[in-house]
Amino acid sequence: MSELIPALRGHVLLSGASLAVALLLGIPLGAWIARSPRVREAALGLVGAARVVPSLAVLAIMIPLIGVGFAPALVALVLLAIPPIAINTDLGLRAVPHAILDAAAGIGMSERQIRSRVQWPLALPVVFTGVRTATVEVIASATLAAFIGGGGLGELIVNGLANNDVASLVRGAVGVGVLALAAEACLSLVERRWRGRWGTGAA
Amino acid sequence: MTDARKSGGSTVALRDIVVRYPGSDRNAVDHVDLDVPPGTLVVVLGPSGCGKSTLLRTINRLVPSESGTICVDAQDVRDFPATQLRRGIGYVIQAVGLFPHLTVAQNIAVVPQLLGWDRARIAERVEELLRLIQLDPQRYADRYPRELSGGEAQRVGVARALAARPRLLLMDEPFGAVDAIVRSALQDETVRLQRALGTTILFVTHDVDEALRIADRIVIMSAGRVVQYDTPLHVLGRPASPYVEELLDTKDAVRRLSLLRVRDAMRAKAVDGQSQRISVEATLREALSAMLDGADALEAIEDGRPIGRLAFDDVRRAIVEST
Ligand SMILES: Nc1ncnc2c1ncn2[C@@H]1O[C@H](COP(=O)(O)OP(=O)(O)OP(=O)(O)O)[C@@H](O)[C@H]1O
Ligand SMILES: [Mg+2]
Repeated sequence: MSELIPALRGHVLLSGASLAVALLLGIPLGAWIARSPRVREAALGLVGAARVVPSLAVLAIMIPLIGVGFAPALVALVLLAIPPIAINTDLGLRAVPHAILDAAAGIGMSERQIRSRVQWPLALPVVFTGVRTATVEVIASATLAAFIGGGGLGELIVNGLANNDVASLVRGAVGVGVLALAAEACLSLVERRWRGRWGTGAA
Repeated sequence: MTDARKSGGSTVALRDIVVRYPGSDRNAVDHVDLDVPPGTLVVVLGPSGCGKSTLLRTINRLVPSESGTICVDAQDVRDFPATQLRRGIGYVIQAVGLFPHLTVAQNIAVVPQLLGWDRARIAERVEELLRLIQLDPQRYADRYPRELSGGEAQRVGVARALAARPRLLLMDEPFGAVDAIVRSALQDETVRLQRALGTTILFVTHDVDEALRIADRIVIMSAGRVVQYDTPLHVLGRPASPYVEELLDTKDAVRRLSLLRVRDAMRAKAVDGQSQRISVEATLREALSAMLDGADALEAIEDGRPIGRLAFDDVRRAIVEST
């Protein structure tokens, strides 16, 4: 039981760090995509192609590139988390009805004010949905990080498999499941409260 | 109440305005001249695609004009930064364009906030405007737009446009999305507000009845051009071309007037003994002719005695209500 807590801590740390970096990169990327149809086409094609590559393969590719441990696992998870965040940022920003942006310009908001006071607030719920998806995917996939020495709950599973220790394996698996569900539940709750009364998304 | 105070209306002068959208092979607005006196409600009428919205949007510079000048109160609109210009001009659009993530009060407060008013003044103004558009501040201030009916949302859209006491209001098919009963209530309210505040209003519609009902003057457009700019009386009685005649179906309107009598449309009050006389049994068509010949109002006579008064407002109400 004693190895559960550090493994859990490692898992949360790895997932949290990956998500933080993915947010930092994915949101500006999404905003950029939203502005240019050509960039969007290219980006979506790339994401589509990347989707068919399994996470484990991405992790494996990391080993020759940057070795084993926390860093390559982080890079792999960031790559995994960016698409849902960027795609939803793009979707959210573009889903804001033209009439609303038109009204904002018509009553005298500057372009910056339109973006910060109207377009982004209206896009945020959709962006948040992408963040939620990314979070669950990252928590689940962080399990695989153990295979390249990234630590986390996957370690319990790897050890359990190696030592034929079913109890350890189950602890690891259940730990990941509970963590993912808990994160999902928390974020859904935040999302619901946030959307509050003004409705769903930009509609 | 401060709203009874007239903030007055702007004078608007358009000179030779041309707008051509990129990639288009014709002018969306084609050499338009227009003079709008202060405090008038001018309705821009015409079929879909004739350039009404474009014309309106050149005034607050949402659409750049290729040539020509636009002056509001004798000042070229290009002399200001666009944002500053727009904060001084109310703008209401068909799709309402209320911000869904802001409450009714916050929506109305947007322009005053942009102008840097202090909180107390904004709060006071919001309450005043809610009363003006006849929505109870207690019940409505903290609602979100999706918690409003279509008509209520439109009224909030008007309140938001009026918030900073603009002297000019641009309304682009503001009541297009509400049902007929609500629409006529909103039309009456617009006229009431306009009379009370003295605001100059440019109002775009393709609804002929709406135009006849509220306009001081009507601009009739066709393919980017102004084909007639006149009072509803003259547009109706003296259409400038077969196009106008057909667009307004003036023949039908006049035919309907010939079925109505002065007795049915007159108001039983304010007899001054000065105006031209007409029998209560005369048709409204005859009354219209007298007005076209220059009579502002007519005195309705029964058995040789004046018993009521008929003005063009009564005639146009009769036209609109007989449809
Ligand atoms: N942003 C735009 N880019 C290119 N063409 C446009 C644009 N907006 C309008 N047009 C074109 O300019 C012409 C005039 O359009 P406008 O919107 O002013 O018409 P309207 O009279 O307001 O019509 P409606 O009653 O349908 O609103 C139309 O032919 C339209 O297709
Ligand atoms: Mg239009």
